[in-house]
Amino acid sequence: MSSLIKGKKNEWETVIGLEIHAQVKSNSKLFSNSSTTFGSKPNSQVSLVDAAMPGMLPVINKYCIEQAVKTGIGLKAKINNYSVFDRKNYFYADLPQGYQISQYKYPIVGEGKVTIDFKDGSSKDIRIVRLHLEQDAGKSLHDQNPTKTYVDLNRSGVALMEIVSEPDIRSADEAGLYISKIRSILMYLDTCDGNMQEGSLRADVNISVRKPGEDYGIRCEIKNLNSIKFIKQAINYEVKRQIEVLEGGGVIDQNTLLFNPSTGKTRPMRSKEEAHDYRYFPDPDLLPLDIDQSEIDKLISEITELPDDRKKRYVNEFNLSNYDSAVLTSDKYVSDFFDDVIESDKALKASSKIIVNWITSELFSLLNDNNIEINNSPITPEYMGKLVNLIKDDVISGKIAKDVLIEMFDTKKDPEIIIEEKGLKQVTDTSQIEIIVDEVIKENQKMVEQYLSGKDKLLGFFVGQSMKKSKGKANPKILNDILKEKLSKKH
Amino acid sequence: MEFKSITQLKSLLDENKISVKEIAESYIKKINEKKELNIFIYFNEDKIHDQVKEIEKLPNDKTLKGIPIAVKDLFCTKNMPTTAASKILENFKPTYESFVTQKLVDQGSMFVGKTNLDEFAMGSATNTSYFGNTINPLSKNDNPLAPGGSSGGSAAAVAADFCLGATGTDTGGSIRQPASFCGVVGIKPTYGLCSRWGIAAFASSLDQAGVFSKNVKDASILLEEISGYDQRDSTSSNVQIPNFSKNLNPSLDGKIIGIPKEYTVDGISDEINEVWEQAIKSLEKKGAKIKYISLPHTKYALPTYYIIAPAEASSNLARYDGVKYGFRADDAKSLDDMYELTRSEGFGKEVKRRILIGTYVLSAGYYDAYYLKAQKVRKLIANDFVNVFLDCDLILTPTAPSAAFPLNEKQEDPIKMYLNDVFTVPASLAGIPGISIPYGKDEQGLPLGIQLLSKHYNEQEIFNAAFALEKDYE
Repeated sequence: MSSLIKGKKNEWETVIGLEIHAQVKSNSKLFSNSSTTFGSKPNSQVSLVDAAMPGMLPVINKYCIEQAVKTGIGLKAKINNYSVFDRKNYFYADLPQGYQISQYKYPIVGEGKVTIDFKDGSSKDIRIVRLHLEQDAGKSLHDQNPTKTYVDLNRSGVALMEIVSEPDIRSADEAGLYISKIRSILMYLDTCDGNMQEGSLRADVNISVRKPGEDYGIRCEIKNLNSIKFIKQAINYEVKRQIEVLEGGGVIDQNTLLFNPSTGKTRPMRSKEEAHDYRYFPDPDLLPLDIDQSEIDKLISEITELPDDRKKRYVNEFNLSNYDSAVLTSDKYVSDFFDDVIESDKALKASSKIIVNWITSELFSLLNDNNIEINNSPITPEYMGKLVNLIKDDVISGKIAKDVLIEMFDTKKDPEIIIEEKGLKQVTDTSQIEIIVDEVIKENQKMVEQYLSGKDKLLGFFVGQSMKKSKGKANPKILNDILKEKLSKKH
Repeated sequence: MEFKSITQLKSLLDENKISVKEIAESYIKKINEKKELNIFIYFNEDKIHDQVKEIEKLPNDKTLKGIPIAVKDLFCTKNMPTTAASKILENFKPTYESFVTQKLVDQGSMFVGKTNLDEFAMGSATNTSYFGNTINPLSKNDNPLAPGGSSGGSAAAVAADFCLGATGTDTGGSIRQPASFCGVVGIKPTYGLCSRWGIAAFASSLDQAGVFSKNVKDASILLEEISGYDQRDSTSSNVQIPNFSKNLNPSLDGKIIGIPKEYTVDGISDEINEVWEQAIKSLEKKGAKIKYISLPHTKYALPTYYIIAPAEASSNLARYDGVKYGFRADDAKSLDDMYELTRSEGFGKEVKRRILIGTYVLSAGYYDAYYLKAQKVRKLIANDFVNVFLDCDLILTPTAPSAAFPLNEKQEDPIKMYLNDVFTVPASLAGIPGISIPYGKDEQGLPLGIQLLSKHYNEQEIFNAAFALEKDYE
């Protein structure tokens, strides 16, 4: 896919690399046993270690290590048997130790790759440089008091995985697909809850532009973006800005930027001159991490289906397109729902395309309107399957089915019961339909004449009138046939 | 009443010849009589009486029941404030008890107070403390002497008879050197033998808790109690702790004692070399074989230490920022301002010097030349010992290059001060155990210490040899 941007003078290529910070799904923090529950009362989840009291020492949480290894496996990456925790030294009010424990020279996970899929059916690999573990900082609250800053250390010490990509991304859309894919892999592995609103997944975006074929340009880093929408907006803005600077004869300052979602603009956070010297060195409180190959093998054996495997299965088993399969599998909960629908009645396998459509259009819009995630859907996969069967068996029409779905959503009832209670069963009895058609013809003599004089398009009018009379319950195909037959007899 | 040792006092207590309360009163009296020594940062009679009530309830089989112990004010204690001898932690009251002090509490010991030290254990004379100098109890009136450091308060507390044992920490000699200066026994065990949990950190890869006592047997009793694995300290060793005191055996038959030639240094007084010589002869007489050995990288130990320790310290002390606890300077206009003022006013000169050195050696562009190289040299120094201990059971050296020096000497010359650690630092870098025991005196009657070193986890042999040598002066 070509993604060159036209400036006033030249065409430009965008070069993007992402650093994704994914919070490890774990009940306790990376180096302490404090809870990690989001949204708790400030400073209610702070141990002596998290608050960096004198003489307190970090102890590695083995579960977080396993989660990082699993993630590495999911990213098809090299798992390093030997890795080291380093201290990254800097002062900030919400960094109690005065350093962040991170991994610098020897990360736990090395090179890997992630595949993104485009609408036209093509796909592309984005290379991963590394994944390393680090502690999150606390939070400074500047808006609680006019003259004071408060510090909440609940997040202090929570485990993060930093996933660094090569600068292989070439557009805002690719960046969006890439982070969606990472999010989906993490959620399949259950190593991160993927909740971007709560900050469980955030990204720093490195952006530069260049004329095609030239060396990389000077890059800027946009920090801490927590939605795919903002990532795309920020990239588009920044690319435009950089092109304007360069075409105006300027040079790009290597800056760290912040994106303001309300203005859609980026602004410098700090410049290179103020850049920190983090004075990384191995944390003497922690021993290097030695992971046995047998432990890695055990974790590999625990991993079930990943998005790419599932996508392949959908293509092969259900004859879905690559893109449909990619969309469906990109959210684990969506594809779990789809799998559960099929699982509820094996016969539904033949209707997989219809199921996809019902999930991705009607069900999605109901869920979106009500701000509900699919894993909490009031419509169960089993009832969804029943509805599709009812459509396929001509018990109800597609149009009626939409109303039934809304009713199912509101009442959580079985669609069969709804149809029964409301008398929505489709009329397939030809004699009943004939009566309706006769009435319609009788009531619209003028139109009949016009139809007979060659205005074929009026057939739709008769269909509509008849359907209305049947309260939408007439089987459309039978209705059509009868109408055509009766009208032709008028000749 | 005069109590000579833990074993003696314990049997008096077991035979009901003395009560815990009487012990407490006796020590409170002694401490109050010599307050001018400035041995304690925290001393509170009420706190001692409170403990008496608790200790009396304990069964007599608690090894340290009623034994008066002084605690270096670097160990966090629940019932007494912990300052690390720094203004930045003035009035800091931990809500937790360090691993080592908890073990002592569990065995029924009675904490008489928190002892003075060099600020954050950085120093060799207990003269960098925010709370003033400690005076060596062996000083003559007109000539106050330094007790050594950094655990000078603890060594002095034992020497002044303020307690029968004391905790210390040794990062580059901070137990062994003051033990030598104050004429008491001081052991730094193998790195990792006692948990660092709850000890304010100076240099994590070197910090090691240990003890002071009046004799070798008491040291073995105390060390046994404070050692052990702690899962809260990832560098703590999961090894079986021998029953050091029960296993004490002065026989040196067939033991090979290494005498490193690199420890004969220019400028060291003849008296020290003579004491060393006497100890060598004594060991030979007791059946040991003497082997003259070489530890070729010894000369790099001091510079290596003074890169690694400050580097770790610069990071370890970053947490003292005025945000969460301890001292915070007033009138700061911004966050950076608050850091600057708090840390400028809160830390003393020596601590600041080491933070600056440490920050420098870790900075971009210097890391490889200093810190990384120092780590490589550290490995070479450790290997020197590994090689030597293939043929030797123990190494014997002087503990310090001099006897206790006058209080204000060397204060303005950090390099001279750092040279105090010349004999103790190599073992710290290698993580091996070392003891200092008093062995003879200089012309002025000041005690001189000798040091015994051995391989990792071989404290028992150190105790045994020290036990044998100790008899020379009984």
